[in-house]
Amino acid sequence: MQSNAALEYDYTVAKLFTYVTILFGFLGMLVGTILALQLAFPELNNLIGEYGTFSRLRPVHTNTVIFGFTVSGIFATWYYFAQRVLKVSMAESKFLMTIGKIHFWLYFVGALIATISLVFGISAGKEYAQYEWWVDIVIVIIWVLWGVSIFGLIGIRREKALYVSIWYYLACFLGIAMLYLFNNMSIPTYFATEGLGAITHSVSMYAGTNDALVQWWYGHNAVAFGFTVPIVGMIYYFLPKESGQAIYSYKLSLLSFWGLMFVYLWAGSHHLLWSTVPDWMQTMGSAFSVVLILPSWGSAINMLLTMKGEWNQLAENPIIKFMVIASTFYMLSTIEGPIQAIKSVNAIAHFTDWIPGHVHDGVLGWVVFMIMASLFHMAPRMFKREIYSKKLMNIQFWMQTTAVVLYFTSMWVAGITQGMMWRAVDEYGNLMYSFIDTVTVLHPYYTIRGVSGVLYISGFILFAFNMYKTMTAGKELSEEPQFRTPMA
Amino acid sequence: MFFHWLEKNPFFFALMVGLVISFAGLIEIVPNFAKAARPVADLKPRTVLELAGKNVYVKDNCIACHSQMIRPFKSETDRYGEYSLSGEYAYDRPFLWGSKRTGPDLHRVGNYRTTEWHESHMKDPSAIVPGSIMPKYTHQYTNIADLETAYAEAVTVKNAFFVPYGPEFKRTRAAWEAHLPKVLADAKAIADDMKDEDVKKAVANGQVPEIVALIAYLNSLK
Repeated sequence: MQSNAALEYDYTVAKLFTYVTILFGFLGMLVGTILALQLAFPELNNLIGEYGTFSRLRPVHTNTVIFGFTVSGIFATWYYFAQRVLKVSMAESKFLMTIGKIHFWLYFVGALIATISLVFGISAGKEYAQYEWWVDIVIVIIWVLWGVSIFGLIGIRREKALYVSIWYYLACFLGIAMLYLFNNMSIPTYFATEGLGAITHSVSMYAGTNDALVQWWYGHNAVAFGFTVPIVGMIYYFLPKESGQAIYSYKLSLLSFWGLMFVYLWAGSHHLLWSTVPDWMQTMGSAFSVVLILPSWGSAINMLLTMKGEWNQLAENPIIKFMVIASTFYMLSTIEGPIQAIKSVNAIAHFTDWIPGHVHDGVLGWVVFMIMASLFHMAPRMFKREIYSKKLMNIQFWMQTTAVVLYFTSMWVAGITQGMMWRAVDEYGNLMYSFIDTVTVLHPYYTIRGVSGVLYISGFILFAFNMYKTMTAGKELSEEPQFRTPMA
Repeated sequence: MFFHWLEKNPFFFALMVGLVISFAGLIEIVPNFAKAARPVADLKPRTVLELAGKNVYVKDNCIACHSQMIRPFKSETDRYGEYSLSGEYAYDRPFLWGSKRTGPDLHRVGNYRTTEWHESHMKDPSAIVPGSIMPKYTHQYTNIADLETAYAEAVTVKNAFFVPYGPEFKRTRAAWEAHLPKVLADAKAIADDMKDEDVKKAVANGQVPEIVALIAYLNSLK
């Protein structure tokens, strides 16, 4: 066995996934911004016929940012950091290298086809699980390939103990596999008959209330295992690496990890409060949502305490700035979620714009910030060049932070306004507002949200530009930087 | 310590994670399968035309803005009608409760909107409801609904989940061709209440535009 010092890591696959993370991030946010503007200015709906309506485009937005941007970000970071914490190079195994490349190409082509299928309205109809059965099969293969990569690399590792980040990525792999498989169970109607109708169509294995339960067990926990678990894994690796600080507490890591694993899954039914789901399940969902604050804040506090005594780095290093504000938005969003899951609050909040508001302070403030910070940290090490411009990073940071704040504040106001108007009654007990009154009143908030979208994606374009320049024109580095990422 | 040991044994680590994350599903979801799926009395499965309309509803993703879940609050029952019951959804695959009300709830829209209203509204929503931000769905007047797929779906759920469709629902093409006139008659009944001449003509020619199927579906929501 060779000595660790001489190990050259191979970033071929990590680089490929980095490119598509940026590509899908841009596309997903572009569609998102269009959607935001359509709600403020409905004329924008009918520009490209049936393919450009809000309703048709919304799944394109959600699925592109989830399965396009976030998932490729997860893959990119995995193929980067896993080698380093397991102390083994991808170059050492031809097999794993080949699997990695197939994984990438199948993923990329699959993602394009999947997106096109949604544009054409080929949909299974469940939120965040719209892909039809034949796309699902491709997704399962992609996921299995990733599994082979994970366990293959772990199998040939030199470092025996698995680092915290590996726990989280393993959990992401297992959790998504379980959720995705069960929720997407369906029967293709073409094969269940004598070849009648469209081959692309299928019908869900579950009906009505059962389908709703499975769907939100999935929907909520896809957020858990896609938007929380691997992102926490990222910060556990990249924050210490960038700051040169050791993780504050191992025990807190342990508690937060197993706590999150156990508690998160129960909370799914908080999406179904006041519905026809049995009452005890609703109460369970509510209660566990509140308990969920503990493991969520456990991780976030562990991260913030890791920076103890080193807060000067926050002013000096924009990558640290991104990560610290990401943990902060994570705390905001994980206290907001449980508040919305309280039954009496939910009676007002559910079905309103407060919900997308909540989703976006988590996703824009936490997920996207963490993925961008990770890629900024990785780029100089993968391409052996300095970050092209620190100044651009700072501009980007403030643009996007402002955008997130505009987004959630406008949606808080919009959501609560809407929720209160729906239930408002006059002195005789009659409803005070017709539904359309509660729509037109939101126009200013929808406009603010549109502005926030434009601001956020402009920041993302700066990020993409900075990354591109780093890859092609950054000052070359003679040796790998140890902690703080060098930037011009 | 157990956790230190676990961290050095990936297989058992993964097994442990798998165990810990499956609890909730087993305890919270599985018990409901036995009970809540039962249909309310007299619940009829949707006709083939209505199913085709449901598929248009899914294709154009109406769920992005419309719920089908009336919660048990006075403000909701005043606005939309009786609150929703679990058994009413027993044949809904997928469930279409939605999670956002950018527009109003539709679970009982069939009680208070008519074919004519939908016809004008889907063409130009803001002409009917001033201030509406709903897109125009003019393509539904020209796109042809996929009735055969809807039939295949009915047969599939009949065979797989015992949804009470009649004995004439069979897996064969011949059975479908025998059933088609019934679907076209349903479509004609809807088209008769519509104004659009092109739609009427298409239906008479055996080509049912999506809007006709969609209206049949919306009218069935009661």
